Amino acid sequence: MRHELLLIAVAIVLLLFDLIASARVKKYHHLIACTLTAGFTVTSFLMHEETSSVFGGMYLDTAMHGLVKSLLAFGTLLTFLISNTWLAKPETAIKRGEFYVITLFTLVGMYLMISSGHFLMFYIGLETASIPMATLVAFDKYRRHSAEAGAKYILAAAFASAIMLYGLSMIYAFVGSLYFEDIAPVLSSTSYMCLIGLVFFLAGAFFKLSMVPFHLWTADVYEGAPTPVTAYLSVISKGSMAFAATVILYTVFGNMVDIWQPIFWWIILITITLANLFAVRQQNLKRLLAFSSISQAGYLALGIMSGTAMGMATVVYYTVAYLCSNFAAFGVIQAIEDKTGKVTLADYNGLYGTNPKLAITMMLAMFSLGGIPFFAGFFSKFFVFAAAAEQGQYLLVFLALLNTIISLYYYLLVVKAMFINKTDAPISTLKTDAYGRIALVACVLGMLFIGLISPIFDYIVSISFGM
Amino acid sequence: MDVPVEYYLIVSAFMFFAGMYGFITRRNMLTILISLELMLNAVDINFVVINRFLYPDQLEGFFFTLFGLGVTAAETAVAIAIIINIYRNLKSIEVKNLRGMRY
Repeated sequence: MRHELLLIAVAIVLLLFDLIASARVKKYHHLIACTLTAGFTVTSFLMHEETSSVFGGMYLDTAMHGLVKSLLAFGTLLTFLISNTWLAKPETAIKRGEFYVITLFTLVGMYLMISSGHFLMFYIGLETASIPMATLVAFDKYRRHSAEAGAKYILAAAFASAIMLYGLSMIYAFVGSLYFEDIAPVLSSTSYMCLIGLVFFLAGAFFKLSMVPFHLWTADVYEGAPTPVTAYLSVISKGSMAFAATVILYTVFGNMVDIWQPIFWWIILITITLANLFAVRQQNLKRLLAFSSISQAGYLALGIMSGTAMGMATVVYYTVAYLCSNFAAFGVIQAIEDKTGKVTLADYNGLYGTNPKLAITMMLAMFSLGGIPFFAGFFSKFFVFAAAAEQGQYLLVFLALLNTIISLYYYLLVVKAMFINKTDAPISTLKTDAYGRIALVACVLGMLFIGLISPIFDYIVSISFGM
Repeated sequence: MDVPVEYYLIVSAFMFFAGMYGFITRRNMLTILISLELMLNAVDINFVVINRFLYPDQLEGFFFTLFGLGVTAAETAVAIAIIINIYRNLKSIEVKNLRGMRY
């Protein structure tokens, strides 16, 4: 509970600061927000959660929950760091205080969702995360794509949560309780009520994870949203839902594993393949990364599917690697889009000649997302495959491996554009701001060293739990 | 006269899928939002009915309904705010005009 309380305190301090502070002090608004969030992140890494429950079992906490929350806090800090130049623009500067507060409150929602021990808590956390998220997506009020993306996001999210709630009402009818510990022993794969409950719950979860039959909102929302919000949406929102779904599938739907494993098998296969094929033909870099993030969700789900403690560890580890690589990619996109407004693949031609540091960061991010050895992305994919192969899913692992080759094609297209393609009018040499540079350096260090420092994975394995 | 529990559930299931049909087929964002409300209210009916008829000695379903209503209200408020913003930008809330981003 300490994570939530501290986070709410930080959010309220920032809210009051926005209300009271004079214009002279507000010049340091971004500095203060980043410092407070950084302090919060460091504190939450240092706090050791023990297994505990609050509100009569509605809220559960383990060491694993604490670790995931700290990682999400770190991701939020990176979001704030890369958003400085965007927030300094005149049309957003006036409402920058709201950006920090809303972002932190979506994080509170994700914390509650992760730690829920009752479906009511889960639902409230989910909505606390997704309703303010829609306002963040529609944050650029005068840009029509932003409003369009916001409408698409909130309608899709509400649709998904309505479906999920219908499934939960079926589970309630069967069990008579919504506490996870009451539900788990009663569910059975032979009851139609439970089947409807499970399938509708999965539909809602897949919407948030943007797995394939439910992925149609992703590309438009990612393209229309302001780039820092896209980064936040693709990593933090997705990572928190992946972990929450893992915990619920393991602890609540453990009895029905013979039902949801085949569902996952097919959904993962379709997700990875279709997303990769669509990504190949994208010209807009944000759209390309949207489809890449759909296929990455497929790999994440491969970790969820194995159902063991190893599976949970790989999900969390995958999120860490994905966080570093995706934030690096979006940080570069943000830096370039802010100064020049250019986001298409053709605009990146010859970037290495004018901005070698940004180009190299982007190259590392693409290598890591594609899973080239010795970057973080390679190890995370390796562990996910290992966890699935341990369960005898050799065919699926083989097909997923084939798909990494397709994905390398479009990741390397970006690298080719930056390093090999010639152009007469490359993007001129940019000077990134200090905050963005800190974020990019942190991401690059993460991508280079997370895979090589094995105690990280050992620690995650030691605190994870299976069915 | 007693109305058995199935009848309520049939009504709510009909409401839910009518809402889903409306969500998919309607072309105006406000009607889409109304369809969404239909789905969420069907779920609320489900929870209340199941609570009252199957588990009358507890209140979990009622609580869920109350929280669900509150969350739905917040969701509608935000959705309408975004729709108004779209109207300001495009002078229309027809879905066919939301085509700024294409494959």
